[in-house]
Amino acid sequence: MKAGRLFEAVKDEANRADPYPLYARLRETPVSRQDDGTYVVSTHAAITSLLHDPRISSETLPPSERPRTGNPLSDWIVNPVKDHVTNTHRPFIFRDPPDHDRLRMAVMGQFTHQRVHAMRGRSHDLVADLLDKQSDATSFDLVCDVAYPLPVTVICEMLGVPPEDEPQFHGWATQLASALEPDNLGNEEARAKNITTFDEISTYMRGLIKEKHRHPQDDMLSGMSGESGKDGGAGMGEVDLIATAILLLVAGHETTVNLIANSMLALVRRPHILTRLAGEPDLAPRLIEEMLRYDPPVHFRTRRALSSIDIAGTTIPEGADIVLLLASGNRDPAVFRDPDRFDPDRPDIRHFGFGGGLHYCAGAPLARFEAEAALVALAQRLVHPRLIDDPPPYRSGAALRGPMHLRLAIDGVAPRR
Amino acid sequence: MTSRNAEGHAVVVGASLAGLRGAEALRQAGFAGRLTLVGDEPHRPYDRPPLSKAALTGEIAPEATALPNLHALDAEWRLGVAATGLDRQAREVRLADGATLSYDRLLIATGSRARPWSNPTEAGLAGVHTLRGRDDAAALRRALAAGPKRVLIIGAGFIGCEVAASCRALDRTVTLIDPGPAPLARILGQPVGEIVAALHRALGVDLRSRTKVARLEGDASGRVVRAILDDGSEVETDLVVVALGAVRNTEWLSGSGLDDGPGGVLCDEAGYVLDMEGRPDRAIAAAGDVARFPHPLYDGRPVALEHWGHAVAQGEHAGRLLAGAATGAAYAEMPAFWSSQGGVTIKSVGLTEGADAMVFAQGSPKEGRFVVVYGAKGRCIAALSFDSGRWLPAYAEQIAARAPFPPIRVGVDLHGLAVLQPGFPEERTSS
Repeated sequence: MKAGRLFEAVKDEANRADPYPLYARLRETPVSRQDDGTYVVSTHAAITSLLHDPRISSETLPPSERPRTGNPLSDWIVNPVKDHVTNTHRPFIFRDPPDHDRLRMAVMGQFTHQRVHAMRGRSHDLVADLLDKQSDATSFDLVCDVAYPLPVTVICEMLGVPPEDEPQFHGWATQLASALEPDNLGNEEARAKNITTFDEISTYMRGLIKEKHRHPQDDMLSGMSGESGKDGGAGMGEVDLIATAILLLVAGHETTVNLIANSMLALVRRPHILTRLAGEPDLAPRLIEEMLRYDPPVHFRTRRALSSIDIAGTTIPEGADIVLLLASGNRDPAVFRDPDRFDPDRPDIRHFGFGGGLHYCAGAPLARFEAEAALVALAQRLVHPRLIDDPPPYRSGAALRGPMHLRLAIDGVAPRR
Repeated sequence: MTSRNAEGHAVVVGASLAGLRGAEALRQAGFAGRLTLVGDEPHRPYDRPPLSKAALTGEIAPEATALPNLHALDAEWRLGVAATGLDRQAREVRLADGATLSYDRLLIATGSRARPWSNPTEAGLAGVHTLRGRDDAAALRRALAAGPKRVLIIGAGFIGCEVAASCRALDRTVTLIDPGPAPLARILGQPVGEIVAALHRALGVDLRSRTKVARLEGDASGRVVRAILDDGSEVETDLVVVALGAVRNTEWLSGSGLDDGPGGVLCDEAGYVLDMEGRPDRAIAAAGDVARFPHPLYDGRPVALEHWGHAVAQGEHAGRLLAGAATGAAYAEMPAFWSSQGGVTIKSVGLTEGADAMVFAQGSPKEGRFVVVYGAKGRCIAALSFDSGRWLPAYAEQIAARAPFPPIRVGVDLHGLAVLQPGFPEERTSS
């Protein structure tokens, strides 16, 4: 395969189950120009460097300032849709400092020690309940029955979204998460769907935020909307508040599910480690860090070059789209010995499982304790779990990558400890 | 080198950060002989950065600063005993208790000490402090906890500024006196110095720049009560902190034939110490504050750096060197430091000395978070951040690459680049 088409292959669903050989090819050129003009950054050193480089931006240009690419598909469909999306609902994941910092700080202020601690305990109960439901099953779908409902319940409770409203978010969140996939806005149907979804979820959020204003509760949305009423810079206007709430909700729906499902896939493929985890639950934190390296929930993020950047023997021109191939940096043999081996005893894991730099995952502590609660309980309670499909079917996303279903055959579920 | 590392006696003089990391690196590199660490303080190695901050405000106890051993260290400790002499012909280190230690390899990591107040009688008044070691911090902490109303700090370098901020956090009345035009201006230039001045004024520090203390006066019991300034005015005080920089601990080397002086002990690119004729002694390396070495990034100009990260990196480099495991490459670690004052984190990479231009890059001084880049002869030589340290790695790369100044013209949160004069005051110390 031509080097300039490797990233095309990464996006191809045929390679979803194992994109890592493609990443190894890409790393032969740390910063590789693809035929469509995108620059793919695949080594640990180059990714680290660019994550801290002020010349890369997470923002999309407003339509008038965006240079024409000459490609009618990009100029008239893809980019206008991206612009609509980013300009009407710009959560801080798509913004640069100083706006990014202000909005992120307001969110971080809501992740209080008390709330996080309480939710940590709660997630153990949630997992126990979810597994109790499988007590008579001979098989179940780990994604639908555990990996999805756990983080969704956690983020809804943290934010203060009523549980009865949750089901409608399922579709919304999946649709909105496609904004992170580079090619998903390329057709009319997806474009229309995205805009409709934004309008629907915004309307819902506007209503919920009004409600929180009137009847504040001990949740993040009440906290943020309360702050927004105050003067002094920390607050945010309604548009930012809605965008932030949607971001947290989508992130809570679409990322941790992959962490739990990818982990379980790796563990069921390595029963000796699963058994070890059952008897040695203290292994979980290290095992999860290794998981975030070995098969992370988010494989890449895109950026744009504000000016030309000389890096690793390549010049990225001003205005170019950049793909930071985080999951490839995680397998860089220059940093990790025997990188394709899953080794929970690996020392000093500097992974990009939560990204890095100023956009480092705001919800990392939640993801860690949710994964810990789920994996330890699964290891201890599932009796002889086996994969029914190996590899399992994957969701379509190449950026947010994980199994769509992970069906496990089991000989029972042990009672909760 | 394996056989050479099987035996022998490595002596590390200086039991602080550079010495500890150097000793660990010797072991890591396979040195299996006898290893002795000599320290003039009675304590195992401890961490100094908290001593001017959390240890003064009482957030942590000065004793709670022990440095972790990163690697098992099978070593003999000679603590509470200073080295008093070096005989390179006999390969012996003399100790204050009369003992001698033979070495086949020696690491000099004796660091520096606080420069005392120039008048010994005044320096001896009760209530006059300097701050360098853990015992100094404990004494100063006790004095601050006793509830003095007014604290006078002489010298607005990093230690003076950090102590001033810590004392304000304790709600003491603080006067900070410095001969320069603004705090830290000697290192950071006048425009940044003015921002530091504004920071301290906002903290409530009575900052007096371009002012010197002429003398200190005590009461009948020998306790300091006031300072007389060079403009004739007086400042009543209950406590004085002398923060006039550091003196390098090289006196014990006098007569050894090494090229030592107030600037440190001179080393070659590899890290071996040099004698008066410029010949390296390959049994001896130096690291940390006390080592003066040609930095390749700065055209081989000898520098001695008082930075935490440098003590670690050069200590480890020297340890590998003495174990015969150095790669032969010159020690070229990027200089970097940080300081924390009044809730603001200041970080820096590179060296500002010799800068002839500077720009405010990311952020803005008005918002209290920004990056400043320094240039010399059209090249980028240093960068500094206020609460924006996340950008510094990018600038460190530019400095390492000797990129044209200013190195980054278009970027996130970057609004126009007006080139300014750093305006260093005439009188300047190195690093």
